[in-house]
Amino acid sequence: MREQIEAAAARYPDQRSAIMPALLIAQKEHGYLPAPVLEEVADILGVERIWVYELATFYTLFHTTPVGRFHLQLCDNVSCMLRGSEDLLRHLEAVLGIEKGGTTPDGLFTLSTVECLGACEMAPVMQVGDDYHGDLDIARLGALLDRLCKAAGQVTSAERVVVGAPGG
Amino acid sequence: MFEPVLLRNMDVPDGHLLSTYEAGGGYQALAKVLREHPPDGVIDLVKQSNLRGRGGAGFPTGLKWSFVPKRAGKPKYLCCNADEGEPGTFKDRIIMERDPHQLIEGMAISAYAIGAETAYVYIRGEYVLAIRRLEQAITEAQAKGYLGSQILGSDFNFAVHIHCGAGAYICGEETAMLDSLEGKRAQPRLKPPFPAVAGLYASPTVINNVETLACVPHIVMRGPAWFRDIGPDKSPGPKLYCLSGQVRKPGLYELPMGISLRELVEEHAGGPLPGRRIKAVIPGGVSAPLIPERGLDVGMDFDSLSAAGSMLGSAGVIVIDDSTCMVKVATRIIEFFHHESCGKCTPCREGLNWAVKVLRRIEAGEGAPGDREQLEALCKGIFGNTFCALGDGAAMGLRAALAHFEPEFVAHIDGRRCPFH
Repeated sequence: MREQIEAAAARYPDQRSAIMPALLIAQKEHGYLPAPVLEEVADILGVERIWVYELATFYTLFHTTPVGRFHLQLCDNVSCMLRGSEDLLRHLEAVLGIEKGGTTPDGLFTLSTVECLGACEMAPVMQVGDDYHGDLDIARLGALLDRLCKAAGQVTSAERVVVGAPGG
Repeated sequence: MFEPVLLRNMDVPDGHLLSTYEAGGGYQALAKVLREHPPDGVIDLVKQSNLRGRGGAGFPTGLKWSFVPKRAGKPKYLCCNADEGEPGTFKDRIIMERDPHQLIEGMAISAYAIGAETAYVYIRGEYVLAIRRLEQAITEAQAKGYLGSQILGSDFNFAVHIHCGAGAYICGEETAMLDSLEGKRAQPRLKPPFPAVAGLYASPTVINNVETLACVPHIVMRGPAWFRDIGPDKSPGPKLYCLSGQVRKPGLYELPMGISLRELVEEHAGGPLPGRRIKAVIPGGVSAPLIPERGLDVGMDFDSLSAAGSMLGSAGVIVIDDSTCMVKVATRIIEFFHHESCGKCTPCREGLNWAVKVLRRIEAGEGAPGDREQLEALCKGIFGNTFCALGDGAAMGLRAALAHFEPEFVAHIDGRRCPFH
């Protein structure tokens, strides 16, 4: 982590500019940004800790609490709303048995709504990790969840509905 | 049929690779500039083209460049605004994913014109593919000598760095972007001083949008008269329009500036979904006041839309049909602005908080008499009273919804329910 952060810092005349890239690097490594990681970032860059804290809590892509292995980020801005993102959200909440903002007890999924992902031509759209999934409907969403569950070696979402969550 | 300029490589396999870009004449504009034009000459070319910024404000690009002091005694910077966050907008992402060299060449020419040796591309962190493609393109361009020291045998040195955003709409505001680049919370600065005089690290800085920069190589190769002849003289050029919402063929369309909004929506994008009628269109991202169906015969350019009480903004065209509740659309838009308000200015931070509460209760059938007047009063309190245009955009959007769809608001309040549910 230190090496990557120092390489990023070399791009700027001021170390403070490197806090954002450093936090992205640290989050990739640790999954989220607990206080000790923030302090390590501050120490590597030799900047004030408060500068690091204030960025980690300002920008929405930084997580100071753990998120699930798959972070489902469903866009609910206007273009996606007009193409049915609300139905998708209700479906995800029912299938996963959590409300938006929540994480499944097995730590596999965190469900969030996000503001415009800049992919409105394929609305409704959801980002999972690095990937965008567009033109979603209930069937495609189900297939996506199944793929993610299989990738994690868990039961499929269809089984989940039967076993667990109400109203699926 | 309009011959695409900015999107000409969109459907070419491997359009993002340097070899493809070079095969189509790529980097010849940079070579031509370094060979034939002094920096001032490039600024003149761009001034003559009447190119105006594609990020939303429509400021004349050449004029912006000319504000950079010639002898500053400090390094100068070019920043590319690729923090495409205006809801309904996706054009810059597609340029960077499919033809990133077009942007890099535009940046190199711009940097040469203003005397910058360093550029930062501020790109939103969600755009993972665009970031990878741009990184790859920078590496390729360096290897071929289009970036680096003594570019193409000249004495021009230029480096491009990518700076990833981390999810904040406000970073699209240029001075907030500069604060973010300096490692601070993204909050807009008081202007003046303008960035051209004191921008990044208090140095002279030009901030241009991705699409704006992508126009520059074409202006160099084909000349300012060619560019000016496309669309209205004062607002010319090829333009990317982002079509989304309740329309048959959502997608990115390149057409002349000034095309009618009706033609864009009904002909190019296929019109409304089967069995539906268009109710309103947001022409330039959610900051742009919506236009009811009867107003669609307006030209899609900065001046025509401004005269019609809206704005071209980022050309994020969102189509809304008759199955949709406008109170709900207005609520979602104001929720967005409230979420993205950076918190610096009280009218925006507090005013939008209250506006969301009032709108939610109207939509839930719990509106009270006087709520519409309350919303108007909140808009009045926000508009013109903040450092940046975020609050203005919210107030303008809400005012337009209240004005054009008053009966829907009244029906919610008097009927104590949403008539669409």
